[in-house]
Amino acid sequence: MSKTNYTRRGVLKTGAVAGAGVALPTIFTAQSAAAYTNEPTGSTVTLGFNVPQTGPYADEGNDELLAQQLAVEHLNGMGDGGCLNTFSSKALKGNGILGKKVEFVTGDTQTKSDAARASAKSMIEKDGAVMINGGSSSGVAVAVQGLCQEAGVIFMAGLTHANDTTGKDRKANGFRHFFNAYMSGAALAPVLAKEMGNDRNAYHLTADYNWGWTQEESIVASTEALGWNTVNTVKTPLASTDFSSYIAPILNSGADTLVLNHYGGNMINSLTNAVQFGLLDKVVNGKDFKIVVPLYSELMAAGAGENIKGVLGSMNYNWQLQNEGSKQFVKSFGEKYGKPPSNSAQTCYAQVLLYADACERAGTFDPCGVAAALENFEFDGLGNGKTLYRADDHQCFKDVLVVRGAQNPTNAYDTLEIVEVTPADQVTYAPNHPMFGGDEATLGTCNSGA
Amino acid sequence: MLGLNKNDLTLLAIVAVLTLFAPFILNPFPADSAMAQFNAGYPDLMQRFIIFGIFAIGFNILFGLTGYLSFGHAAFLGVGSYAAVWMFKLLSYNVVPAIGLAIIVAGLFSVLIGYVSLRRSGIYFSILTLAFAQMSFALAYSVLSNPKFNLTNGETGLQVYKNDPQIFHGENMQDFPHFFGIYMNSTHTMNFGAWSFDFNAGYYLCAIVMILAFYLSIRIFRSPFGMMLRAIKSNQTRMSYTGLNPRPHTLAAFVISGMYAGLAGGLMAAMDPLAGAERMQWTASGEVVLMTILGGTGTLIGPVLGAGFIKYFENIFSKINDTILHQWFAFLPDGIEDFVVFIIHPFIGKGWHLTLGILFMLVVVFLPGGLVEGGQRLGKWIKSRGKSDDSSATTEPAE
Repeated sequence: MSKTNYTRRGVLKTGAVAGAGVALPTIFTAQSAAAYTNEPTGSTVTLGFNVPQTGPYADEGNDELLAQQLAVEHLNGMGDGGCLNTFSSKALKGNGILGKKVEFVTGDTQTKSDAARASAKSMIEKDGAVMINGGSSSGVAVAVQGLCQEAGVIFMAGLTHANDTTGKDRKANGFRHFFNAYMSGAALAPVLAKEMGNDRNAYHLTADYNWGWTQEESIVASTEALGWNTVNTVKTPLASTDFSSYIAPILNSGADTLVLNHYGGNMINSLTNAVQFGLLDKVVNGKDFKIVVPLYSELMAAGAGENIKGVLGSMNYNWQLQNEGSKQFVKSFGEKYGKPPSNSAQTCYAQVLLYADACERAGTFDPCGVAAALENFEFDGLGNGKTLYRADDHQCFKDVLVVRGAQNPTNAYDTLEIVEVTPADQVTYAPNHPMFGGDEATLGTCNSGA
Repeated sequence: MLGLNKNDLTLLAIVAVLTLFAPFILNPFPADSAMAQFNAGYPDLMQRFIIFGIFAIGFNILFGLTGYLSFGHAAFLGVGSYAAVWMFKLLSYNVVPAIGLAIIVAGLFSVLIGYVSLRRSGIYFSILTLAFAQMSFALAYSVLSNPKFNLTNGETGLQVYKNDPQIFHGENMQDFPHFFGIYMNSTHTMNFGAWSFDFNAGYYLCAIVMILAFYLSIRIFRSPFGMMLRAIKSNQTRMSYTGLNPRPHTLAAFVISGMYAGLAGGLMAAMDPLAGAERMQWTASGEVVLMTILGGTGTLIGPVLGAGFIKYFENIFSKINDTILHQWFAFLPDGIEDFVVFIIHPFIGKGWHLTLGILFMLVVVFLPGGLVEGGQRLGKWIKSRGKSDDSSATTEPAE
């Protein structure tokens, strides 16, 4: 231990220094005087693209990034203009947004909510982003949406499928173009009834986290309404890579249908295991055994290869859709990157254009003005057909695709075929639906950060 | 003064000055220049530097002094965050009870884990702590977040909802953590010519807490208790033979460092009121080990430097993309420009792990004592420049 010698002078000096140190931060707590967070004052406006570039959903994330860059090009009047040509709103002129050139910053969410928030914060605090777009998992989307609400910027969600994003966790500053688990169930049910009949015994394997649960809940509800019986619902840990131990009991359970509430690598592994166990060749209760994967993506389909042949699922968008917007988008994307766009790419592209258009129509970047312009906005020409941005929960309502793994793929991208386009009316629900937080769920008030 | 000798006091003063003036030091480039990409002086990253600095200081008390390598320290950080957010949910957005409970809960949790894990040493201890941390992660991620008993809110992360009780939350209060009315997100931006500097209330709270935590760590390092911990590191068997029981000391060190982690977790929640389960994952535990080794194990300031280094890479390098590279190298002829961008591409953006890995490898191979050793060598080189080098042949004791 050291000896202590206090002198009068020493104590006074230290006291003065410490006092100044403590007082220093308090003179800086005043807020700056901008009208709203990150009001763009120069000749450019910055958007933040926050996608998973590493981690389990990196493939989706990188595809989203390509689409976002394409959208920025089109907004700035470069390239062929893409969906600006087919978009029903003609506010965008190809000269940036409100005459300001669009610039963007990118970040890596690592598919972790902490990292995603850190990255979004740096975009807002350091780069001055007025809008954050992206996210390839619902946990991340909900976390970043909350952050944008606090910070006073707009959040345009990317790929997020859980009901909670626009359900119990809905926020006034957050908007979702992608469809959700409820819509998957509602769109799949009639097709399932038609293809498999009304007296099936379903067995669910569910990824054990928020998205898995909401999807299981949605699918169970809509299939039981058909008259199906749910034999069992089994939760599988998220980190599993081998599902054989979960597949074996299905054979003895008397179930004739397997529903896989898995996504990404999980789904690829569980489907592969199920096919290896020969489930699809079994005949149970006098019926052929079937597998359903409620949420599909092209990247998963490519990963599962042969195994997805004939397996049913739902999607937000598929590049094979033949409406004007879709054809134009596939053309622009294909010419630039040499491959068709994925589901997640399309939703991010549409979100960036929708945001830019809302700014033009509102005449401001003020989040409250932009939000008001997006609410109850009806549009067409972005690839999904006629779409409504509902004001009550900031969810888009549009047609949902029911797809099937292609029996005879002609090329590497032709892995899925469209079975049916379920019209928007059929997947619409009340804003206070119990699966979406019921009456308690509110958007709160919009925050412009002023 | 303050019970420190002259060297330690200087070190403390340096740390205090660096943290208090960090908004200037970390923003050396004008805001609209191309180099502004490398500025790190925005509130969120500065807070992260400090918070992970505290985490690493605490980890170093265990690893640097006793040599027990815990691979599960992130569990305490996560538990602290959850405790803090629960205080926000139940009481109010005031950070004081939140941080207090975070430290207490992390302390209790580390008594529990430490009591079991410390029955073994070496690799077995590391594996035990890793197992406990992964168990906590799995519990937080799915088991304790089912709709019937939702303690952690799983993947989405625990956050404050409008319908939470918040019994002391005033009518006119904003929905953000505050220190008796000073909101953690309030920032004053000072423009000085082309430069802009952010002074954030939350950052200064963290900074003051870190200076205190650093001071406490110096006192522990220099105390008889610290000496005892070093004895455990150098030869535990000999210590037992002299009649001293090492276990209470290791447990105390484990709990102290767990409480530091809890403090860091609480502060993290105070800066951003959401606690995600990934905070407890083994990668997060590994990160603090890297920070400590990178900075210099067993040194006072090393862990803080290591934490800053890693967080800088994570947040700055991951945001450089090809468009920015093309801007930088626009002066080169087209073909060469594309070639240069192609060469650098794997090391930026999503490749920041690769860059960090290479640097970590270089540091471990060439500077086994971490960044601190690098600093010491540099200092020595500057001092000995111009002098004849016949004086420096002293042998340092092995640590």
